[in-house]
Amino acid sequence: MTRISVTVDGTTYEDEVEPRLLLVHYLRDRLGLTGTPVGCDTSNCGACTVDLDGESAKSCSVLAVQADGSEVTTVQGLARGDAWHPLQQAFRERHALQCGYCTPGMIMAARDLLRENPAPTADEVRHALEGNLCRCTGYQNIVRAVLAASGQEVAS
Amino acid sequence: MTEATEREVGRARLRKEDARLVTGQTTWTDNIQMTGLLHLAILRSPMAHARVDRVDVSPALERPGVVAAFAGRDLADGLGSLPCAWPVTEDIVMPDHPPVAVDEVRYAGDPVAVVVARDRYAAADALEAIEVDYTPLPPVLDLEAALAEDAPLVHADKGTNRCYVWPLATGEDYARVKERADVVLTRRYRQQRLIPSAMEPRAVVVTPLPASGEYTLHSTTQIPHILRIMLAMVTGIPEHKLRVIAPDVGGGFGSKLQVYGEEALALAVARRLGRPVKWTESRSEGCLATHHGRGMIQDVEIAATREGRLLGLKVDLLADMGAYLMLVTPGVPILGAFMYPGIYKMDAYDFTCTGVFTTRTPTDAYRGAGRPEATFAIERIMDELAAELGLDPIELRRRNWIRREEFPYPSIAGLTYDSGDYAAATDKALALFGYDDLRAEQQKRHERGDPVRLGIGVSTYTEMCGLAPSRVLGDLRYGAGGWEAASIRMLPTGKVEVVTGTSPHGQGHVTSWSQIAADVLGVPFEDVEVVHGDTKAAPQGMDTYGSRSLVVGGAAVHQAAVKVVGKARKVAAHLLEADEDDLDFAGGVFSVKGSPEARTTIQEIAFAAFSSHDMPEGMEPTINAEHVMDPENFSYPHGTHLCAVEVDTETGRSTIRSYVCVDDVGRVVNPLIVEGQVHGGVAQGIGQALYEEAVYDDEGNLVSGTLADYLVPSAVDLPDFVTDRTETPATSNPLGAKGVGESGTIAATPAVVNAIVDALRPLGVTDVAMPCTPQRVWQAIEEASA
Repeated sequence: MTRISVTVDGTTYEDEVEPRLLLVHYLRDRLGLTGTPVGCDTSNCGACTVDLDGESAKSCSVLAVQADGSEVTTVQGLARGDAWHPLQQAFRERHALQCGYCTPGMIMAARDLLRENPAPTADEVRHALEGNLCRCTGYQNIVRAVLAASGQEVAS
Repeated sequence: MTEATEREVGRARLRKEDARLVTGQTTWTDNIQMTGLLHLAILRSPMAHARVDRVDVSPALERPGVVAAFAGRDLADGLGSLPCAWPVTEDIVMPDHPPVAVDEVRYAGDPVAVVVARDRYAAADALEAIEVDYTPLPPVLDLEAALAEDAPLVHADKGTNRCYVWPLATGEDYARVKERADVVLTRRYRQQRLIPSAMEPRAVVVTPLPASGEYTLHSTTQIPHILRIMLAMVTGIPEHKLRVIAPDVGGGFGSKLQVYGEEALALAVARRLGRPVKWTESRSEGCLATHHGRGMIQDVEIAATREGRLLGLKVDLLADMGAYLMLVTPGVPILGAFMYPGIYKMDAYDFTCTGVFTTRTPTDAYRGAGRPEATFAIERIMDELAAELGLDPIELRRRNWIRREEFPYPSIAGLTYDSGDYAAATDKALALFGYDDLRAEQQKRHERGDPVRLGIGVSTYTEMCGLAPSRVLGDLRYGAGGWEAASIRMLPTGKVEVVTGTSPHGQGHVTSWSQIAADVLGVPFEDVEVVHGDTKAAPQGMDTYGSRSLVVGGAAVHQAAVKVVGKARKVAAHLLEADEDDLDFAGGVFSVKGSPEARTTIQEIAFAAFSSHDMPEGMEPTINAEHVMDPENFSYPHGTHLCAVEVDTETGRSTIRSYVCVDDVGRVVNPLIVEGQVHGGVAQGIGQALYEEAVYDDEGNLVSGTLADYLVPSAVDLPDFVTDRTETPATSNPLGAKGVGESGTIAATPAVVNAIVDALRPLGVTDVAMPCTPQRVWQAIEEASA
């Protein structure tokens, strides 16, 4: 067991963890932060994407002990009170989700993109989200939502 | 319903479901935690086919955190065979399907033992301690070889790998019709196996209450109601002691229309130990153990006149059942049987399907279930026939499709298509697509020998959906009915609860059902809550699959609401001292004709009926109502999809340049949701055409068994879609809706492959096997030029 200290969505947690414990299982099973789901076991689907010290990371590919001393933001930490993050708002308004299982990871990956590239083209959005799979939407409305959240005009 | 009251149906309401999903406040089955929860892990066969000589789970019991371990034999008592509810013929071969194999494993992934531990890591670790001795048996992988006399058998006790033969011959005698034909084309198409790949892996949690023998089962299921019945039968737990809950479910596409061994196992283990149990599959485990889709060889023959009039169609199908028959495995190709003639008129139709056992993961419903395969075959061979006759593929279709004025039309396969306008949808699609310009560009590129060719693919599809008529399903030997239930509770404060038997997992029923109820009842959209997916809260239902939810379940909501208004009208007439016929009802307000100040609202009526101090003589308290809808016909969405593909003849790479779909799904409740369904459906159809395949090696191992190997398309692999609609209402339900869940998937695959072949036809290519990978396209070009 290893002692770690991780700040998640603004709260600092101190825990003893097995060195092999994945960050996503730490979030879900230990902290009860089940907003971040698991969709695969090969780091292809991106459903578990979180923000780790300012970079998006697939939390199935990070050990909890690697996150020691880090700040993690999950989809559950984006809203400020009742005010949603613009991406959360845009995903709803553009019908960018159906079952919603990929949505947390999709939003976190898009947030990372918009930080680096505040006004991406549709093509840039598609490439930035290549590591996040959605089986429901065909991606078109996800692209529209990310463009809308960036403040750009979007054809409906 | 008067027009003034229709504020909601047809409106692009944002979804009520989304707030929870975008903020991470979800209730996925794997989220469930509770004190004392045990985790179940399953040891699976690493071989496609083997005798199980010995299973020793005792070493696993020594591992830390392990509470129990069971081999198949340990669980065989009190755990019956997994069910198949669709024995399509009287003499179908129905093998036993134990949730955990006892003597023999029949596909790579077949369960052989189970470990129960205190956390998921401990359970997974302990699997490696289990000792199993196998004697390898020959795999059965080739559908044609499997039917040979001396073929090794998947189920030796059955004496054959032939599961069933299901024939259908309608119209004139095909052989006679063929003699009249000027042109007869024969083609073989291959429907590769697909892995449905819903984003949420499967999971199940069972909470037992030993003192009363009650069990609550949460599952990632599309079918809580059917699951409850079937699990009661498999486990012997009385149905009324079993509650099944489908919480938030992350996509299904048919893969969660199933009664899985793991669900039965979790119940059996929870019963044995008297403790709550959870099982969650990993993705690679799911690739092996969640049912697959498609898997067919189609021999198709079409007979036509020189002028391009279709005379007859003959289809011989070999359908891969996989190792066992699951819930509707044998029925999937039969759902397609009625759709091979598509939208066309002809004189004879001759269909035979042979179901074949193989040592692979069982197949079952995957989005479209039988109908994408049928549509692919007819739409592909129509393009081949057009090429043979030197006709434009659109023109050939025009010469043969059912005309608007011919509806209702008795199709050659025996269905009654109730409504449609194929010309209108096609004309709209051609205009949006810029068909003539693209044809001109295609010609130019061909003339200048451009290494990047342009191809245009056409798919003018129809499908049968809204899986309903119980009577017809009975004729097809399906084990259940096709009705759907809804009830409406008018709460004393004027709010409304709609209880539905459908079980959404991404389709937005909560939003659409609210719109339907709000319109009929004249209450605000926000005042309606929709209750679903819990057999205790929504006790009656047939669940969600086959694009049935709106056309059967939504229609049931509509009819239940009409009944509520009927009851409310009686109470209103009584309270307003008027005749029922003298009351107007609009926007939730009853008023007396001619004296509009004499009025009362449906909310006031709800309270009056709740207190029931002054009800009409002989009327029961409350104005709640329920309705069970059983439409007399299927519904028949149709549409025209056009795809332009650029094919690089030097690399074999195909790139979709534009994709236009004009769908007629009848009357639309929520255009936003409908568009989303079309997008997602088309994406999956394109996935089959270009990217996806469950690949097995010669030993029967699944080679593409992770998301690293199985190409679920990403955002860069798919184009933008141009969508539009025509609207000819269905006549089989009061909403006029036709269903939209599967149409995109049904339509898209042939549109894409037709486009690729169209691009390469001048090079002599007449077919490319799916998925049309760069390698396959390049090889097809090489072979054609050799």
